[in-house]
Amino acid sequence: MSISVKNLSKHYDKQKAVDAISFEVKPGRILGFLGPNGAGKSTTMRMLTGYLVPTSGEAEISGKSILRDVIEAKKHIGYLPENTPLYADMYVKEFLSFVGQTYKMINLPARIEEVIKMVGLTPEQHKKIGMLSKGYRQRVGLAQAIIHNPEVLILDEPTSGLDPNQLVDIRQLIKTLGAAKTVVISTHIMQEVEAICDDIIIINKGKIVANDSLEGLKKVHQQQSLEDIFRKLTA
Amino acid sequence: MYAVFKRELFSFLNSMVAYITIGIFLLVSGLLLWFFPDTSILDYGYAELGGFFSLAPYLFMFLIPAITMRSFAEERREGTFELLITRPIQIWQIIVAKYLASLVLVLFALVPTLVYYYSISKLGFPEGNIDSGAVIGSYIGLFLLGAAFTSIGIFSSALTKNQVIAFVISAALCAFAFLGFDYSSQLAALQSIENIVRNLGINQHYTSISRGVLDTRDLIYFISFSAVFLWLTKLIIGGKR
Repeated sequence: MSISVKNLSKHYDKQKAVDAISFEVKPGRILGFLGPNGAGKSTTMRMLTGYLVPTSGEAEISGKSILRDVIEAKKHIGYLPENTPLYADMYVKEFLSFVGQTYKMINLPARIEEVIKMVGLTPEQHKKIGMLSKGYRQRVGLAQAIIHNPEVLILDEPTSGLDPNQLVDIRQLIKTLGAAKTVVISTHIMQEVEAICDDIIIINKGKIVANDSLEGLKKVHQQQSLEDIFRKLTA
Repeated sequence: MYAVFKRELFSFLNSMVAYITIGIFLLVSGLLLWFFPDTSILDYGYAELGGFFSLAPYLFMFLIPAITMRSFAEERREGTFELLITRPIQIWQIIVAKYLASLVLVLFALVPTLVYYYSISKLGFPEGNIDSGAVIGSYIGLFLLGAAFTSIGIFSSALTKNQVIAFVISAALCAFAFLGFDYSSQLAALQSIENIVRNLGINQHYTSISRGVLDTRDLIYFISFSAVFLWLTKLIIGGKR
């Protein structure tokens, strides 16, 4: 298993942001992580990536515990946080080289070239990140997530705020990456889920309300549209 | 850790922060030391740098918080903090890297003032008649004081997302750490432990090193001072996760 989560919880005082959820993701699958705003999607992703410390429970990334072996686990994760925070004062290449250095990568310049080509940043590669448009910033975000060739990619709303052309490009990119990696993406766009995801988890008020493959979920709910299923489970 | 240190230092040098704060420090210390008659060395008539070393801590109280205020506050506001924490680096390494980058900037502010030493040693009669031992001691003392102030600044920056608040808190803490203990030791209630209270303050140890005698007790004081504040920073950051 690339990701295995057991009874993971995060409590803020009395409020249970994530309430004892368990799931597993197999290698080579793209998991769509759905749920209304405030359901606990970002909180779960932040715990998996080591930004937040779980209140209780356990999770493993490529067999490395996020509690006991957090530094090793982080090396296997590529993470794009919500709203794509980036250092606006750095140049694209300078930033990617900074990220690469934190993984102590060898042969970094060649890898940066490769990643820039992969995400389609070539025309903007000499600019400062602060000068880039939203679509290109998103590509820089993806580039920093894949630079160390991680087994697991965790992308928190990677397509929010993009125009339709950029949407298609970024989705295609995620799908290509997903062939060889385990990808978890969160999104509110149901067409996107249908277009790229293999498996779906729907989370509501901190609890998992559906965990199935895309076809399986549709079969159980008699071919209703994904939107209807989402509304039925989370309303 | 080196990657974070390098990024921090470059971002200082690429922005105007470094040049403006260091520039103002040099401008103000230059004016007070050579130009304004009340504090001028030229009017004072003795070839010594004591004036500079008693003035510098007060300038550092504003200079250093201005350098350190952005280190964690800005990252938290911009959300890049999440990017940083999810790297495979220990949190204490991030804190130490940011601390060292700010400290290097403090060093950059100090180096140009060596010109004052050179000028005064030339102006002395006979030429070179200056107490070099005291000057070296004072520079070491000032650097250690800068290191202590920097640790306060890094700590304050971790407290809040607001850079202005971080600046005000760290300037106040620096002032208290430097002078507060001296003044507190005069309180009637603390009369019996006057010496202990006074020894907690930075001023006591700073003046002691400035005499040109490097006592290990003073060195240990400054190192533990920084260590305590960096450790508190780690607690604050850990507590917010």
